Amino acid sequence: MRSDYSKILSNGLWHNNQALVALLGLCPLLAVSNTVINSLGLGLATTLTLILSNLLVSSLRQFILPEIRLPLFVLIIAGVVTIIELIMHAWFYELYKILGIFIPLIVTNCAIIGRAEVFASKNRIMPSILDGLAMGLGFSFALIVLGGFRELLGSGTLLTQADLLFGDATKDWKINVFDDNSGILLAILPPGAFIGLGLLIALKNAFELRLKATKSATSKIYE
Amino acid sequence: MTFSPPTLAALRIGLFSFIIVGLVSLVYHGTKDKIADNERRALLQSLQSVIDNRRYDNDLIHDKIQLQSSGQAHTVYRARQAGKPIAAIITSTTTQGYNGDIDLLIAINVSGTINAVRVLNHRETPGLGDAIELKKSNWLLSFNQLAIEDLEQWAVKRDGGNFDQFTGATITPRAIVNEVKNTTLFFQQYQHEIFQ
Repeated sequence: MRSDYSKILSNGLWHNNQALVALLGLCPLLAVSNTVINSLGLGLATTLTLILSNLLVSSLRQFILPEIRLPLFVLIIAGVVTIIELIMHAWFYELYKILGIFIPLIVTNCAIIGRAEVFASKNRIMPSILDGLAMGLGFSFALIVLGGFRELLGSGTLLTQADLLFGDATKDWKINVFDDNSGILLAILPPGAFIGLGLLIALKNAFELRLKATKSATSKIYE
Repeated sequence: MTFSPPTLAALRIGLFSFIIVGLVSLVYHGTKDKIADNERRALLQSLQSVIDNRRYDNDLIHDKIQLQSSGQAHTVYRARQAGKPIAAIITSTTTQGYNGDIDLLIAINVSGTINAVRVLNHRETPGLGDAIELKKSNWLLSFNQLAIEDLEQWAVKRDGGNFDQFTGATITPRAIVNEVKNTTLFFQQYQHEIFQ
């Protein structure tokens, strides 16, 4: 049982990372990842959506007929996203305005309906919630790394506008790494998002290859 | 009574829709007031960025009218002190920017001078055209307290006027200078209607 849960976690965070391996949900990923805080905001909203939609799909799975499962998934996901949007509109107004259209667009993130179909509709509630959490965290992780990379290169800062998410007390979380005028403009423009994502995927693959190489080398020694 | 499978499926979708809509409307009613309050506060904040709140004593948000000029709908907020007109705050949109619409908020005093101009929304190129944001440069402040005396001067320097353009970006400041000019002329022409 324990190994099952750790497998769900490692799948979501690394082996089947929705952004870096499955390449799902790229539209919000590329559009919003221009600062760490924007990334974090969208990452949290997406994670919450994944957890709630997995929870609902899993607990209602006896009532979901196979023939009509897709419309029902869409219905559930749309409902969850609308509720999250209303909540953000009420309590995180500034961030809501910045993320704008990308909050309702979470509905179209294929990762969410993908998890409903592949996992939540076939598993019990606890594993489904964990799967939603792991997939969401993996997606957020990719978003935040990309956001940090683009913010650092493009504007020379990290964690600008932290107050939008964490309140006024965190205004001075902003780290000025270098002067704004020397930033690489490309990084905050859309092409920078594509290039950054490409580099991130390459980095992950290179890391895995190296890991595999050392593993086979050590196993040879012990043979 | 038994249902055929398609009817059963339709009924089930209906039931799910009913439940989901119920949940969404519950949350909607719970957040409605807070959202309206947020919107009101954000509007007031942007209005107060172009006019000092000590200069008026009326309910700025609700003292507004809609006016049409050359195909554009302007919302005009009227600032008054003890019933006397002080300034008009006019929303205005130019389509002449480099990338999409630029939404402006322009406050004009009854004397005809411009009190302040702010950009509410734009998608101009970061690093080039975004010097129209106050946090990037002080360019917008060059409108403060200006009056239209000589129409020729109301253009960017490249067009023979008085306003700085940005390095590598002329289209954005040109669009804004023209829009502010047109809005100010509109105000001068319709001042009486506005403060009726």
